[in-house]
Amino acid sequence: MLSFNLLIFVALSYVAILFIVAFAAERRAASGRDEWLRSPLIYTLSLSIYCTAWTFYGAVGYAARSGLEYLTIYIGPSLVMVGWWWVVRKLVRIGRAQRITSIADLISSRFGKSTMLGVIVTLIAVIGITPYIALQLQSISQSFEVFANRSDTPWQSGQLQAAALWSAAGLALFTILFGTRNLDANERHHGIVIAIAVEAVVKLCALVAVGVFVVWGIGDGWADTLARIDASPIARWEQSGGRWVGLIFLSAAAFLCLPRMFQVLVVENANEAHLATASWAFPLYLMVMSLFVVPIAVVGLDLLPAGSNPDLFVLTLPLSQGQDGLAVLSFLGGFSSATSMVIVATIALATMVSNHIVVPLWLWSRPMGATVSGDVRQMVLLARRLSIGGLLALGYVYFRLSGGSSALSAIGLIAFAGLAQILPAMLGGLFWRGATRTGAAAGLIAGFVVWLWTLFLPSFGLAEIFSPAMITDGPFGLGWLRPRALFGIEGLDPVLHTVLWSMALNTGLFVICSLLTFPTPLERLQGAQFVNVFEHSIEAGRWRQSAAAAEDLLVMAQRIMGPVEAQAVFQTHARAQGKAGYLPDVTPDFIDLLERELAGSVGAATAHAMVNQITEGANVSVEDLIAVADEAAQIMEYSNQLEAKSAEQDRTARQLREANEKLTQLSVQKDAFLSQISHELRTPMTSIRAFSEILRDGGMTGAEQQKYAGIIQDEAVRLTRLLDDLLDLSVLENGQVVLNRQTGSLRDLIDRAVGAAGLPATGIKVIRQRSDEAVVLHTDLDRLSQVFINLIANAQKYCVPPRPDVTAELRIQVKRIGPAMVVDFIDNGRGLRPEQQQVIFEKFSRLSDHGKAGGAGLGLAICREIMARLGGAVDYLPGQGGAAFRVTLPHLMAQDEALVAE
Amino acid sequence: MGQRPRPLFLARGTYRQRRLRDAARLLPLAGALLWMIPLLWPRGPDGQLVSVALLYIFGIWAGLIALAFVLSRGLRDDDDAPADEDD
Repeated sequence: MLSFNLLIFVALSYVAILFIVAFAAERRAASGRDEWLRSPLIYTLSLSIYCTAWTFYGAVGYAARSGLEYLTIYIGPSLVMVGWWWVVRKLVRIGRAQRITSIADLISSRFGKSTMLGVIVTLIAVIGITPYIALQLQSISQSFEVFANRSDTPWQSGQLQAAALWSAAGLALFTILFGTRNLDANERHHGIVIAIAVEAVVKLCALVAVGVFVVWGIGDGWADTLARIDASPIARWEQSGGRWVGLIFLSAAAFLCLPRMFQVLVVENANEAHLATASWAFPLYLMVMSLFVVPIAVVGLDLLPAGSNPDLFVLTLPLSQGQDGLAVLSFLGGFSSATSMVIVATIALATMVSNHIVVPLWLWSRPMGATVSGDVRQMVLLARRLSIGGLLALGYVYFRLSGGSSALSAIGLIAFAGLAQILPAMLGGLFWRGATRTGAAAGLIAGFVVWLWTLFLPSFGLAEIFSPAMITDGPFGLGWLRPRALFGIEGLDPVLHTVLWSMALNTGLFVICSLLTFPTPLERLQGAQFVNVFEHSIEAGRWRQSAAAAEDLLVMAQRIMGPVEAQAVFQTHARAQGKAGYLPDVTPDFIDLLERELAGSVGAATAHAMVNQITEGANVSVEDLIAVADEAAQIMEYSNQLEAKSAEQDRTARQLREANEKLTQLSVQKDAFLSQISHELRTPMTSIRAFSEILRDGGMTGAEQQKYAGIIQDEAVRLTRLLDDLLDLSVLENGQVVLNRQTGSLRDLIDRAVGAAGLPATGIKVIRQRSDEAVVLHTDLDRLSQVFINLIANAQKYCVPPRPDVTAELRIQVKRIGPAMVVDFIDNGRGLRPEQQQVIFEKFSRLSDHGKAGGAGLGLAICREIMARLGGAVDYLPGQGGAAFRVTLPHLMAQDEALVAE
Repeated sequence: MGQRPRPLFLARGTYRQRRLRDAARLLPLAGALLWMIPLLWPRGPDGQLVSVALLYIFGIWAGLIALAFVLSRGLRDDDDAPADEDD
């Protein structure tokens, strides 16, 4: 038989081992050898504080009473962790970016570093968690009682309470020792994390050991166990759908909102990558923890006498089978579950109480705040230690008051429902930039009040606080306010009733008030930083103009962070600014950084308030915001300019390419022309030379002489014409031409040009609309007719009809386009290809074979020069079927005859 | 402020990563849905056997854990551009 003293000895030894482990971990971390302390495995194990004594003992009791409903408590967190990409990842990133110290700090920081919200969340947490701590104390003392009752001297009630008291005192000591070593809550509590990781392993091993004993020791393997389950009182699926869904939601919400879960999940997180491991490892832990619950419950119901407390089956079952060693292991498992939860919960709550209630009160009580004397650091640490003691004392008082009677799981669910009130504000703050401080406060208060009225207060026992009349008729006879049937809806399960109404009112008010109110600039800024945390975060507070002396800030920071740390921060920043010494320039960047450093110790709201006391720049003015907006606008404008420039460069490059193409073609043309011109000059010169030689030699008839002299003269005329053309072009190009302005009729001019072009009878057929040609011209008519002649001659020379049976035609059309008169020369030939159109007006250009062309390719070049001198233009007109040239005569040159006649 | 348009199509590696994230987001929804199915079962004295329910619920659990394990291997956290929330 196991002696009770031995059990006490084992428990104390276990505690001593935990102390040693925690000390060793702290020492290792202090000497920098903490790689394995920061492993994803340790992180996952530390998450296991979700499984408290309520889970360890209570789950079996829960299963014995309500079948598989206990699984909802594990399914919710499993879903949250499996879906880490949705919420947990963002939460952790924000927690690290903003140096969040607790869930109250998260809400306060998100909604403009509001002190009020910090206080509200802290109050909800303290009121909700105190019974939970009491529950752990109760489970410790009850498990002691189980062993004591088996020894010779059964416990009196006084001894039970003494056990609880001693447990509370021991836990307070451990927590103060390892939980308040450093002020910066963002620094990991290595000792505590390792201790709870060890405890996580112990409780898992203990429960699995009991489970293995039940399945393979008492029973005969899985098949036998499943048969036993089917023969037990909980053999049939009787789960209420509402509770199934509601409790899964509740446990998922609590997993995110419980202060102790926030502490290990976000605050103690060393590396975001650990989440990836925890996403599957933590659900695995939960699954193993809940695997043996039903077998233990079923076998306990079967073997133990009727009326024994199912909450303690995990202990009493091994004891009843004479397995004392297993029972002690199981006791240690339960002990671990209770202590680890209490330790982390009190640290988290103490941080919240000291940062959001004590320090603001202290600041408020001194008008000069942090600038006057007094070591803030010691004050905050003291506040945190006192809070830890106070919270455990409160838990003990609650334990005494409630008499340690209620079923464990009921208290757990009540706490869950209370903490779940934070969920709307948290998720809203994380994902909705429109969420405002007023909305969050309204939702939190409404949900909290509904929870207090319908679930928390009635849980104290109906007779003491609520008279039976109030339950049945409502307060002051107001039936719609009955705690169990709000707004007259009866018949709901109490927990479900509370969750439904509180969440509906909470979320509803949160959304409506957020929609109706307008956030302060700081709220909007924080909102943007939280919601868009994955984008390149905009530095907060960069516009704050400050006249604060760096020395004042250093004095304050030393009091909060400690002299060494504060000086290190200041020195590092000064060096980054390129200054020697400890005092950097007080830039907005520096203030922002300092505020975040301080927030790691005392929370965002307090840090903000303290820094503002010194910098006196509490408000972000509209002008400041506009300045920031201007900056952004400037950047946008600059980028637009760059875009425009690049488009312009594209355009220029294209033009250059085109010019280059043209130049290359021209160069080819020029080469061709040179060979052509030498040929053109050489041919007549050769004949002139040959015939003049013949004439010189003499000895021929007069007729022959006549003929040869004629040939020589013809060739000389041809040479002269070529040289005339070149000269003419040169004169035109150099602007030396003298215009001989006359007045005449366009119709006469075209008549003359057609006549002068000397079209043969079989040549091209000219089609005119003579009535359109009633235009008076004031220009150099000879030059203009030279252009027309050239165009008509070109058509005659080059126009090849598409089919042999069609005669070549040239249409001369006169039109008015705007103020100008145009004369189009359009033939029905093949027209010009695009590359030909580009060079046709250049000098020396000749498109078809040389033999056919009578000239040296100067005609159109001359035309263009003439028209330019006259103030008009000649262009190629594409898309007319054949080759088409448009001569444009400006208004001054050409007017309708009818108008002139007036 | 979408002054810089995001690329419309992605390289194969980035594309795979995006789909992995989609899967990671969908996994809890699928799990929740599957865990709601027991609510359709008959209740009461002639209801579904608890042993069967246990096997079903723990089976889903194991499946979710295995899938989460596979996904956690592939998911990277590096290219968190603003485009993270969509494609």
